[in-house]
Amino acid sequence: MTSLPPPPGCHVALTERVLVRFLREEVHRIGMQRAVLGLSGGIDSALVVELAARALGPKNVLAVAMPYRQSHPDSLRLAKESAEHAGVQLEVVDISPMADAYLLQNPDLEDTHQEAVRLRRGNMFSRLRMITLYDLSAREGGLVLGTSNKTELMLGYGTQHGDMASGINPIGDLYKSQVVALSTHLRVPQGILQRPPSADLWDGQTDEQELGYCYDDLDALLFRMIDRRHTPARLVADGFPADFVAAIAERVRRNQYKRRPPLIAKVASRTVNLDYRYARDWGT
Amino acid sequence: MDCRVALCQMRPKLGVFHDNLQAHHQWLDRCFAEDAQLAIFPELSLTGYFLRDLTQDIAVSIHHPQIQELVARSKDGSLVFGFVEESDDHRFYNTAIFAEDGAILHCHRKVHLPDYGIFEEGRYFASGQNFQSIPSKLGRFGLLICEDAWHLSAGWLHFLQGVDALIMPVASPARGIDTDQPELSSHQSWRTLTAAQALFFQTWVLRCNRVGFEDGTMFWGGSSILNPFAATIAEANAEEEELLIHSLRADALKRARMQTPLLRDAKPDLVRLHLARLLQDPDALSAAYRPNPSQA
Repeated sequence: MTSLPPPPGCHVALTERVLVRFLREEVHRIGMQRAVLGLSGGIDSALVVELAARALGPKNVLAVAMPYRQSHPDSLRLAKESAEHAGVQLEVVDISPMADAYLLQNPDLEDTHQEAVRLRRGNMFSRLRMITLYDLSAREGGLVLGTSNKTELMLGYGTQHGDMASGINPIGDLYKSQVVALSTHLRVPQGILQRPPSADLWDGQTDEQELGYCYDDLDALLFRMIDRRHTPARLVADGFPADFVAAIAERVRRNQYKRRPPLIAKVASRTVNLDYRYARDWGT
Repeated sequence: MDCRVALCQMRPKLGVFHDNLQAHHQWLDRCFAEDAQLAIFPELSLTGYFLRDLTQDIAVSIHHPQIQELVARSKDGSLVFGFVEESDDHRFYNTAIFAEDGAILHCHRKVHLPDYGIFEEGRYFASGQNFQSIPSKLGRFGLLICEDAWHLSAGWLHFLQGVDALIMPVASPARGIDTDQPELSSHQSWRTLTAAQALFFQTWVLRCNRVGFEDGTMFWGGSSILNPFAATIAEANAEEEELLIHSLRADALKRARMQTPLLRDAKPDLVRLHLARLLQDPDALSAAYRPNPSQA
């Protein structure tokens, strides 16, 4: 798929300004000064820590690296590099003891050759990291910052109540290609910019291999499908293979549940979020 | 019209009427200390914008003591502010009051309620029914609240009434970073829109946008004053609170209208005839305006 239209870009300085203001205002308005986020050694969290340091001041940001004993050593090394570059404090929390304690009670999670097991393990690690971040959030009096980008959110490529959990997310409306552009602008360390995106949930995992498509093509398609509202016919006419368009459209639909709070059975006349509707920033 | 105008590019708190009222007083103190004759606040300046069900909680009548308290400030200078108005028959309006000499001179109820994209005004508000110009001691004004300004017909009605300035209290959310332009696409759109209104209607345009975030959406400020030649003569920063004060010189209107006498050459009678004909011949109208067959 070499002749596809290009992925979306963005005006990086403008985007930086908006996102820094977003972080500052949405943290401060609830009376907080601080933020906490997980640093994976990947580009998304490296970008968020740069933005957070600018918005809140580096002293008000706690970055947390949460390796498992089988995590790739590069992940921790790059997380350290990223925290150092942003000038924020890094706390390393080894999740191996808690993960292993759970694994010990669930021997069926040992066979990592099975895809379903790998997925369960990955989700479990991701949720242990969430538990850690939310506890540190309470300790620090800091809001948990999300690091899911728009490509991941649209495709449902993330763990509910795991890496998708956060108080506020500055990059959830940026496609991966825009994350890369903004990260380059903010001079995120080269090692992170050049590293193939990976959740590092098992050895050799990469996002693009797992998703089955490269990010540039996914972003090019999603941007036109979602933001520009091009029809499938138009997308195919513009060079996107019909099966690619259909597969991604279906994946977006199937994962809508991940982008919404749980369904509530409506029985009363006013139901939370349905017809009891208030902004989250109500009163601030 | 010689007039010293102040645009109060503020950040209202969402649903905190009392705090916003106090903020209005503080802004007005600054405006009047700088000899402003007309102070303009953004859309829904007393309430915040993404109100949802707060719309009904925070609504007050124009007779409410706190509305009257603010109106009383117009003894020191004319002012325009926004809030949710509850009518006597319990409809809710997105309203801007023009107050002067301690009394309400005009209430404009927003006519065009956006109900698409991130907007939900049609769900909560009743629609205003007119574009009445305001005979202020400072000059004649037309009020267009945000989406009203996207309908040229609204500005044109004010134009026919001979307004000197269009006042646009707005709450414009920031959207569009995916071009290589250094401005949001919403900013660019409003730049074009205000220039078009100033150019076609040969009026001053006084557009006051708010700033701050609500639920992740930024309001991008950039309040601006355009002269009747469509040149931007003053512009507030994007994103921060700012008091933008500028003196309008009366001769600009005359010069613009001598140079290109659009008002003189307007043909409202012709438009009325055509409009009447169109309304009687539904097939000639865009489908959206054709009467529902069941009503025909």
